[in-house]
Amino acid sequence: MSDVTLLEVRDLHVVYGTGEAAVPAVRGVDLRLPAGRKLGLAGESGCGKSTLALALLRLLPRTARLSGQILLDGEDVLTMRWGRLRAVRWAGASIVFQGAMHSLNPVQRIGEQIAEPLLVHRRASAAGARARTGELLEQVGLPASRAAAYPHELSGGQRQRVMIAMALACGPRLIIADEPTTALDVMIQAQILRLIEQLVSEQDIGLLMISHDLAVLADTCDRLAVMYAGRVVEEGPAQQVYGAARHPYGRALAAAFPRIGDAGSRRAPRGLPGDPPDPSSLPSGCAFRPRCPDAVEACAAAEPVLAAAEPVLAEAAMEHRAACVHVVPAPASVRSPS
Amino acid sequence: MSTRPPVLSADELRVVFPGRRGAPSASAVDGVDLAIGAGEIVALVGESGCGKSTLARALLGLVEPTAGVVSFDGRPLSYGTRALKEYRRRVQLVLQDPSGSLNPRHTVYEAVAEGLRIHGRGGDERAAVADALAQAGLRPPERFFLRYPHELSGGQRQRVVIAGALVLRPEVIIADEPVASLDASVRGEILALLLRLREELGVAALVVTHDLGLAWNIADRVAVMYLGRIVESGPVEDVLTDARHPYTRALLSVLPESAEPPAILTGEPPDPSRIPPGCRFHIRCPSLTSGEAAGAGVAERCRREEPELLRGVACHLR
Repeated sequence: MSDVTLLEVRDLHVVYGTGEAAVPAVRGVDLRLPAGRKLGLAGESGCGKSTLALALLRLLPRTARLSGQILLDGEDVLTMRWGRLRAVRWAGASIVFQGAMHSLNPVQRIGEQIAEPLLVHRRASAAGARARTGELLEQVGLPASRAAAYPHELSGGQRQRVMIAMALACGPRLIIADEPTTALDVMIQAQILRLIEQLVSEQDIGLLMISHDLAVLADTCDRLAVMYAGRVVEEGPAQQVYGAARHPYGRALAAAFPRIGDAGSRRAPRGLPGDPPDPSSLPSGCAFRPRCPDAVEACAAAEPVLAAAEPVLAEAAMEHRAACVHVVPAPASVRSPS
Repeated sequence: MSTRPPVLSADELRVVFPGRRGAPSASAVDGVDLAIGAGEIVALVGESGCGKSTLARALLGLVEPTAGVVSFDGRPLSYGTRALKEYRRRVQLVLQDPSGSLNPRHTVYEAVAEGLRIHGRGGDERAAVADALAQAGLRPPERFFLRYPHELSGGQRQRVVIAGALVLRPEVIIADEPVASLDASVRGEILALLLRLREELGVAALVVTHDLGLAWNIADRVAVMYLGRIVESGPVEDVLTDARHPYTRALLSVLPESAEPPAILTGEPPDPSRIPPGCRFHIRCPSLTSGEAAGAGVAERCRREEPELLRGVACHLR
């Protein structure tokens, strides 16, 4: 392993459109993902999480303007030449989209679809690509003979496995999974999550997994970042963010999916009043303020920045930060380990 | 079991779809008994393809059962056009995807008033629509009258769909995955709405879902369906905290927050056109593979004999 972090996002901004109609979708996001680790990105529709995922490989439409840095193995994706970018897509990083139904070509056999990046990016021979396709299918738990199947002949879970096989085709260092298990049954979801976890740990790749289900992310990932209105509002070790969120929005997301057996959530579904924020007209100060149960006057004054929510520990991996006025930076006296 | 008399029930219900071009027929619903008491919320859970949506459609009178009876208010459903129309006023359907179930060219007012017009309800239409919107949590209702679906958030759209059901003052709502396509923070709000409708208006609900957390959140009873049959049913507290059927236990064990080691069933749920002999779950059953069934001396029965649903569970081991 080199010292360079696999993925480092620095102060990323994405704005759609220009002038009056400009809509900020991502507003200054910093993320870090070392190789072999799993980072979960949580948030709801419109919070900018999918824009962020697409930005990582510069897959956004032309109307999107990006600034900041996206360092993949130390190399900035945003300033890459076109040819280099093409090589990085698939071989450096690949994306597993949600809804495998719509991402696969319905009139092409799945084997051909998996082989395509191999032929294009790896310049593999037809026979070589066929052999590798068989291997990939077996890696994701499908018999190699299924290469001859068309997408409609497969179930939802099997199609998602095909998507993962495609993402693995060129041996990427980073996999971005955008809602990989949404719309799948619980049992199939468990199978797919287990498969992703196993592949990530076997091949030492980094995983950025995006979902609105904090429980699923906490179960799969090492660290979690919670996004709201284009910003990361909370970030920390997965179990801590899920079990003891410090941002009121993080708490609301964690409570949205109840723990079965927890008497507090029995006949008491917990939601969050109000609607997700409209990125084209954000309120002053903290963007979460209009829906926040703990909002105070100070929240309107300025948008809070991420601050250490726990006494800072020696290990960076344990750092837990939240962007909320109620999170008071730990006083210096507590910082030094006793 | 519920002490309230059932308002809607299925007895020995079967729905068989004929196979195309010589393919074997599919028993989507294969002998189901299910009762929903007045004002009761029942969650029907199972994986895709288990027959839960077909069962819901049969309960709504949208599919005529191959065998068995659907009863409403103690009387068997009659499938004549006029009788069905009246029935569908009293039992309303709420679908999963609110964007798909609203006409994009109809205003909120038109969407909610449509049911009233179809059923020829007299009286003050405007007041009825306003009431229904307010009950569904869209307040003040007048502000929403002239809005179009695309101007609303996902949660608001689902509330409009629910208002469209409420405007006919139904006794039962059948909701198919009512929150599956909604954001996490909105999900709780819509579930709370279903609970409130029960408390304030006494509306019973059958919620069809694959989400066990939803059942924990709002249901009184839960029925677990596997390959066309109810394999376990009972009060939510009993079934979800002390499941007895190996299938229910496997479903619970794969939830992210489960303390149990996950019992991940391999493969896909089997095909309703090829239901295995014996217990229909035996091919995937962890209790059979682990030798637990053999230890209890029932392994042979699991392979040969279909277990009855007795005291809330259909398993030879219980």
